[in-house]
Amino acid sequence: METAKGERWITWIIKISGYSSILFVSLILFFLAREGFPALGEVPLKDLFGARWYPIEGYFGIWPLIFGSVLVTVGALLIGIPFGIGTAVYLSELAPAWIKNILKPIIEILAGLPSVVLGFLGIQLAAPFFRQFLNLPTGLTAFTGAVLLGFIAIPTIVSISEDALNTVPSTYRHGALALGANHWQTIWGVTVPAARSGLLTAVMLGVGRSIGETMAVMMVTGNAPVLPRSLNALFLPARTMTATIASEMGEVATGSMHYHVLFFIGIVLFGISLAVNLTASSLALRSRKRAERLLS
Amino acid sequence: MENSEAARISRRNALLGVNLLRLITLLTALPVIGVIVYIIVRGAPALSWEFISAMPREGMRAGGILPAIMGTFYLTLGTAVFSVPLGVAAGIYIAEYAPDNRATRLVRIAIINLAGIPSVVYGLFGLGLFVLFLKFGTSILAASLTLSIMTLPVIISTTEEALRQVPNAFRVVSTSLGATRWQTIQRITLPQAMPGVITGVILGLERAAGETAPIMFTGAAFFLPLLPQSPLDATMALPYHIFVISTSVPGMPVEIQYGTVLVLLFFVLGMNVIATLIRNRARARRQW
Amino acid sequence: MSVKISVQNLTLMYSDGVESLHDVSIDIIANAVNVLFGPAGGGKSTLLRALNRLNDLADVDTAQGKIVFNEQNILDPATDVIELRRKVGMVFSRPAPLPLSVYENVIYGLRLMGERSKTLLDERVEQSLRQAVLWDEVYDRLNDPGASLSGGQQQRLCIARVLALEPEVIMLDEPTSALDPVSTAKIEGMLAELKERLTIILVPHNVQQAARTADYAGFFLQGRLVEYAPEKGLFLKPREKETQDYVTGRFG
Repeated sequence: METAKGERWITWIIKISGYSSILFVSLILFFLAREGFPALGEVPLKDLFGARWYPIEGYFGIWPLIFGSVLVTVGALLIGIPFGIGTAVYLSELAPAWIKNILKPIIEILAGLPSVVLGFLGIQLAAPFFRQFLNLPTGLTAFTGAVLLGFIAIPTIVSISEDALNTVPSTYRHGALALGANHWQTIWGVTVPAARSGLLTAVMLGVGRSIGETMAVMMVTGNAPVLPRSLNALFLPARTMTATIASEMGEVATGSMHYHVLFFIGIVLFGISLAVNLTASSLALRSRKRAERLLS
Repeated sequence: MENSEAARISRRNALLGVNLLRLITLLTALPVIGVIVYIIVRGAPALSWEFISAMPREGMRAGGILPAIMGTFYLTLGTAVFSVPLGVAAGIYIAEYAPDNRATRLVRIAIINLAGIPSVVYGLFGLGLFVLFLKFGTSILAASLTLSIMTLPVIISTTEEALRQVPNAFRVVSTSLGATRWQTIQRITLPQAMPGVITGVILGLERAAGETAPIMFTGAAFFLPLLPQSPLDATMALPYHIFVISTSVPGMPVEIQYGTVLVLLFFVLGMNVIATLIRNRARARRQW
Repeated sequence: MSVKISVQNLTLMYSDGVESLHDVSIDIIANAVNVLFGPAGGGKSTLLRALNRLNDLADVDTAQGKIVFNEQNILDPATDVIELRRKVGMVFSRPAPLPLSVYENVIYGLRLMGERSKTLLDERVEQSLRQAVLWDEVYDRLNDPGASLSGGQQQRLCIARVLALEPEVIMLDEPTSALDPVSTAKIEGMLAELKERLTIILVPHNVQQAARTADYAGFFLQGRLVEYAPEKGLFLKPREKETQDYVTGRFG
């Protein structure tokens, strides 16, 4: 289509804006690297990936932090996946319209709750509850963090899973029912398997959300960057990568070794979230292409 | 018939299963309502005209939270100023101009990336670029710019989606009557997509208003005696305020904590409600 | 009998390799109803969209040949397509009112040109709606949404919209396929009057409509122009076997 003379500048603005996101990702990568890569020079690699994080005495091993993030995320998924996918299945396959109209806004509200509010509730309600209920010395543990994170991840998992289930063509369901399956068997035998790559995408995006969460976990997991010694590490305080950056950044001197290592952790986080999100989106793309082929 | 036994078992399993899912959904939804009600109940006693209009006293333990409210307002406004024009324009580009080639795919990947970056990493980025390199210092400006880049992917995606919903027939008709690409967008496509765009903007800004990590090192402060006078000043903000008073201030009265949380909740959920109302009203009035 | 548009050896291929038009040569005669008919997929819509370069919106890969209009080859990249589309207007098979009022729909093309004079716009609205046999039904509803009209009225609105630009050629692609017989009759009657002022290209949605309206007719089959004749020649005495089979209903 033609562009009139006077439109040249607005078209130009629109094009530049379109490419701005590439600029920003590059900028973020650049500045993270600028402040973070010096850490590789200042701290020997085996110490950087060592088992002790104790910056005051010069220990910069980030394994306990990575472990903390993984631990809390796995715990969150143990809650988020069954509750998230279960709710999504219920909403898309079983719930009558009036229930849907109540539940969907509730899930949206959950999605909109700021993480600092959830962290606050964690301190005020969840931690004391778990401390009493599970008879622990403190309620500020990885477990509490995992529960909170599970709830934070649920809206993401629910909405994407629901989309995936809704995209399954109704002909699949009709076919199964025509062959004599009841509604329940159809759901688990036909619909859910058909939506599986969408469900997987939902879970991956839930993982991304959990690993990247900062405030809620910072406020409730306690502040102990340790590697596990036994199986009940889940019920002891821990520290995630995100919480470490958030809580220690305010106290470091610009340009110090500690400062550079914190930025380095930021690079690690950037890399993990990059990997998770690219996987999730390529899964989504592949499933959409397959659906298009099947339906044409 | 042997069928009836098997059929009865599978029907019973189905019933168990459905009830299990009902329970799961209930367990997911009830706590949400529960906590909101609880916050309202515990926070309402602290709410008063003084609380939202006065400066704090006694080291934040008494008085009002006006600076935090104003700060959140300024930050949200600042975020809107940068992210809305840029995000909407980028969304227009992707939906209406971008050809189907590798460069466009790269743009999409970049947007997906931006959406997935943890909020604390944005904080680091904002610190590195805006606070230090560009020397804006810990300021509303730095924090707003940081929040803007974080909000960009939401606005771009919702704008793109809203534009895609507009029926293609309009574009074809408009073109056949002698319109340029921009004229069609300006007169037909964008106005029709406006409700969706506005909803997306509000949801994006709602998220920005509630974020703590991106503003922690870029603009937020806890103990400021005055309201900010210029964009280069630091500011208090509700999310950061909640964080500090709930973790680091001994002797902090609990009602004030709940009250502050309630104010933030009003702000955030209020925006949610407005966005939903706009979306519903637009759907009813659509001419297609 | 003068030639308004001359299509010369036009071959069009879409980017997915589908060949849509193959070596088509046809003259569109001025001030006449030029009918292009044939079964679906024959290339008629593609030809129409080539005549106002609306094909630019789709993935056309290669175009060979010439289309000469007002002594210019409109396939030339240097053509002013905006101006072309004002002179060669198009009405689509499904009524597509823009999401605007009736009034705004009609003058949409004029507003695109920057026309602001209220008197001129008002005049043009009435004139176009009268020509489209719609004025009497909507003169008191000009500010109602275009979508609030009935199907037949909407289609006449779309015709008025094109007429407001005072084009030289108006192309109608199965304009009555979604309409009832009364609306269809109104539109066919309108064509008879309009052809005195402009050139009409019509893709009818069945053979009967073609026979009713045509001054000149071309039969298209799978991207080729099989036969072409003035008046009822094609329908009464078709020369090609395929034409005869189609006209008598042996296939469709």
